[in-house]
Amino acid sequence: MTRLTVNGQAHDIDVDSDTPLLWALRDTLGLMGTKFGCGIAQCGACTVHVDGQPVRACALPVGAVGDKHITTIEGLGSDDALHPVQRAWVELDVPQCGYCQSGMIMAVAALLQDNPSPTDADINAAITNICRCGSYQRIRAAIHAAASQRVSGIKTP
Amino acid sequence: MSRAPRMNRRAFLASAAAAGGALALGFDIPLGPRTIRASESASEITVWIVIEPDDTVIIRVAKSEMGQGSFTALPMLVAEELECDWNKVKAEFASPHENRKRNRAWGNMSTGASRSITASQNDLRRAGATARELLIAAAAAAWNVPAKECIAANSVITHGPSGRTTTFGSVAAEAADMAPPAQIRLKDPKDWKLIGTRQRRLDVPDKVTGKPIYAIDVHLPGMLYAAIVQCPVFRGTLRSVDEAELAGMKGIRRVVKLPDAVAVVADSWWRAKKAAEALSVTWDFAGHAGVSSDTIREQLHAGLSAGDARVGRNDGDVDRALGQAVKRIEADYEVPFLGHATMEPQNCTAHVTPDRVEIWAPTQDGETALAIAADAAGVSADKVVVNKMMLGCGFGRRGIFQDFVRQAVLIAKEVSEPVKLVWTREEDTRHGFYRPVASARMTAGLDADGIPIAWKIRTSGQSIIAAVSPRVMQFGVDRNFLQGLLEDMPYHVPNYRVDFAMRNTHVPVGVWRSVNHSQNAFFKESFVDEMAYAAGADPYLFRRTLLAQKPKELAVLDAAAARAEWGSSLPPGVFRGIALHDSQSSICAQVVEASVDEDGEVRVHRVISAIDAGHVVNPLSVEMQTESAIVFGLTATLYGEITIKHGQVEQSNFHDYPMLRLADMPRVETVIVPSEGFWGGAGETPVPPLAPALCNAIFAATGKRIRSLPLKNHDLRSA
Repeated sequence: MTRLTVNGQAHDIDVDSDTPLLWALRDTLGLMGTKFGCGIAQCGACTVHVDGQPVRACALPVGAVGDKHITTIEGLGSDDALHPVQRAWVELDVPQCGYCQSGMIMAVAALLQDNPSPTDADINAAITNICRCGSYQRIRAAIHAAASQRVSGIKTP
Repeated sequence: MSRAPRMNRRAFLASAAAAGGALALGFDIPLGPRTIRASESASEITVWIVIEPDDTVIIRVAKSEMGQGSFTALPMLVAEELECDWNKVKAEFASPHENRKRNRAWGNMSTGASRSITASQNDLRRAGATARELLIAAAAAAWNVPAKECIAANSVITHGPSGRTTTFGSVAAEAADMAPPAQIRLKDPKDWKLIGTRQRRLDVPDKVTGKPIYAIDVHLPGMLYAAIVQCPVFRGTLRSVDEAELAGMKGIRRVVKLPDAVAVVADSWWRAKKAAEALSVTWDFAGHAGVSSDTIREQLHAGLSAGDARVGRNDGDVDRALGQAVKRIEADYEVPFLGHATMEPQNCTAHVTPDRVEIWAPTQDGETALAIAADAAGVSADKVVVNKMMLGCGFGRRGIFQDFVRQAVLIAKEVSEPVKLVWTREEDTRHGFYRPVASARMTAGLDADGIPIAWKIRTSGQSIIAAVSPRVMQFGVDRNFLQGLLEDMPYHVPNYRVDFAMRNTHVPVGVWRSVNHSQNAFFKESFVDEMAYAAGADPYLFRRTLLAQKPKELAVLDAAAARAEWGSSLPPGVFRGIALHDSQSSICAQVVEASVDEDGEVRVHRVISAIDAGHVVNPLSVEMQTESAIVFGLTATLYGEITIKHGQVEQSNFHDYPMLRLADMPRVETVIVPSEGFWGGAGETPVPPLAPALCNAIFAATGKRIRSLPLKNHDLRSA
C-alpha cells in the first residue's frame, strides 16, 4: 500500500511503486483532469503541484512522492470558485481543444505563486508546456491578467 | 431538419437515454462535454433543438469539436433564427447511432476540410427558423390569435396587439406536437443579430476545470487497460510473440495478437505498457526494411523529369512561350512527411458483449467509427453505440482511418470487461497517416517588362487519394495533390501548365490540416517571390500585377500589406515576407516579420494574417483559428519532418519531433476582410501561407532562398 495525499485527502492505494504518479491519479484515483501527453516530461500536460512546486507527473514514480502534498486541477479551484488563473483563462477564451490546459493552468498557478508579476521573459522561461493548438498568445495575455488581478472586464488580445 | 420523419419526442428522449448504455446500469460516465440529459419534460423541436420548461435550449452538434470552435459556432447558426436567448443555450453532440436509426437526420458527421459551417449552415438556420415558427404557432393557438401578429425575440413570444407574452419553455411541449410550416424564410444577412458577433466558447468551463470530457478520460467500473506495440516497419506483419518475459508480471490479463501488432491487456495501463514493451516480438517486414528518406527522395526526384506525369491544367502553350521568354528561371522544391502529433494520443475504449458493442472514441467522424467498430466486432451496425467525446486535437488524424477504434474493438472482443486502449506517444509518432512528401520543379519565363508569360509546374509525390479512394482519381490524376495549383491558382499567367508524377511509398499518408495546400502554397508562393526578384519587382506589387482579374484576392492581399505597413521601415535586422493562398473556399494573405541572427537562428516577431472567409459566424473563432494555424504552420516550417530509416519512422516523441513553445510565439494579428455572399472555411486557410511568407522574409534577410523544409536543416549563418 502506498499513501498519497491528493487535494487534501489521504488515499491508500495498491499500485507498483514504479507507477508514475500520473497513472495513479488517473487510473487508480479516477482524477482525469491531469493528462497524458508524452510520458517523458516533455509536454507538461500532466503538470501537478507537489508541495506547491510544479511537477510533471508522468515521470515521477509514486514511490518517490512520500508524504508530500499533491494538488491536481480538480483541487485548484471549484466550479463555483475558480482559481484566478482559471478565471483569466475563461475571460480570455484561452482553450481550443483544451487537452493541455489543465497542465498549463497548473504550471501558471505555480509560477504566479512564486513570482506574482512575471515579465514576458519570466513567462518564457517558466512556461514550457506544449499547446499543439497554439493558444500561446492568449496564454501570455491571461497570465498577465491573472497576475494583475484584472480578471474581470479585461479585453481579449 | 423539418424533412426528417417526426417521432414522438418522449419516445426519442427515452431511447437516447437508453443508448447511453452504461447510464442504464447506473454508472457515472462522461457523455461527451458536460452531461446534458434532457429531462422527461423537455421537448424536441426539430432534431436539432430541445427546449426545457425553464427555457434552457439544448442545441445538438453533429460535427466533432477538436478545438476549432464548432461546438459554439454551429449552435449560433441555429440560435440566430430561433430567436432564443443565447445565454440559455447549451450544446450536446448528436449521437452517431441515433443518426443511423433516424435516417441520418443530422446529416454527414465527418468533420474536416474546414467545412463544418459551410456544409451545415443551411440546415441549421432552417432548423432554427422552423422551431421559431412552431413556437410562435403554439403560442398563437393558446391565445387564439393569428400567428402573424406574434413575434419571437430572446426566448420570449409577444402578441403585438395585446402585448401578451410567453416564453419558449412554456409553449415548447405544444410546439413539438405541431406540424412544421410548409415554407421557411431565412433572415437577410443584414438582419443577423448573433451571427458575426464575438461569442465565448461554450466548452471553456469544462476545459479549465479538468472535466473528464475526452475519450482517454473514460473510467468504467471493472475496466481493463491495453497497451499496443505495432510493427515498426509499415505494412509489415506479426510473425510470433514470446511471452516468457511476462512470467511473474502482475495484473496481466491477456496478450492479443493482431495482424500487424500485439497488445497486452492488464488491470492498469502502466502494467500493460511495461508488459507490451517487455514482449519479444518477431515481425515480417514485407520487404520494406530497405526504404529510407534518401531512397524516397530519389524516387520523387526522378518523378520531376519522368514521362508518366498526368496534366492537371494546361493553358496556352507553355513550352512555346518559354522559348520566347527574355528571362527564364527554374527551381526545385521539396517537403517531407509530417505527423499530426495530437496532444491526446490515439485511444479508444470498447466494451464488447454478445448483443452490443459500445465505444468511446476521439473521432472526427462518428459514423465511420461506428462502421469500423461493427466490422471489427463482426456485428451489424444496429448493435453498435458510439460515444463521441471532445478531441484533444484532430488535424485530420482521426477521420478516415480510425485504426485505434478497430484495434480497441478487436482487443475488447477477447475479454468480457470494457477495455481502454491508449497508445504511447512513441507509437503515436511512429504510426501515423502522414502529410505526404512532395517535390516540385518550377519553370517560368518573363518578358522584357518582367511579366511572367509562361509558368510550368511539375509535381512529384505521394497521393492520399490513391490510398483512400482510388475511384476519385480523374483520368488517372489525383487532382487533390494539385490543390491550389489548378483552377484555384489565383495568379494569371497566360501560358500555364501543372502536372503530377505520382510516386507512392510504403509510408501511410492521410489528410493533415490544409492537406496538399500546405506543400503547394510553399512551392507556389516561394517561386512567385523568385519571379518577383528576377523581374526586379517588389514582391507585394508583383503579386498585385498578377491579380488584376481577382478583386477578392487583391483586397485580402492589400489588407495584409496595409496592416503591416508594407514598405515602411522595421527595426534593424527584421525583414518582411508576403504570401497569398486560396483554400477551403477562403482567401488568406500573410505578412511575416522575421530576423535571422549571427548564429543562423530564425525568430518570427509578428504575423499579420488577413482572411476573407465570406460570412463569419464567430469572429473570435476566426481569430483563435488564425493563431492556431500560424503555430501549426510555423512548427512545421521550423522543425517538422518525419524521416524514414530501415523502413521505420526515426522520430519518437516531442524531444525529436518538437513543437513550437510559448517563448517562440510571434505576435499574431488577424484581419477579417469584410465580405459577404459566400461561406468559406477558416480553420485551415491560414496554415498554407505561413511557410512561404516566412521563407520569403528569410530571403529578404539573408539572400538565401529556402527550397526545402524544415528550416532546422538549413545553415542560415551569415557567410
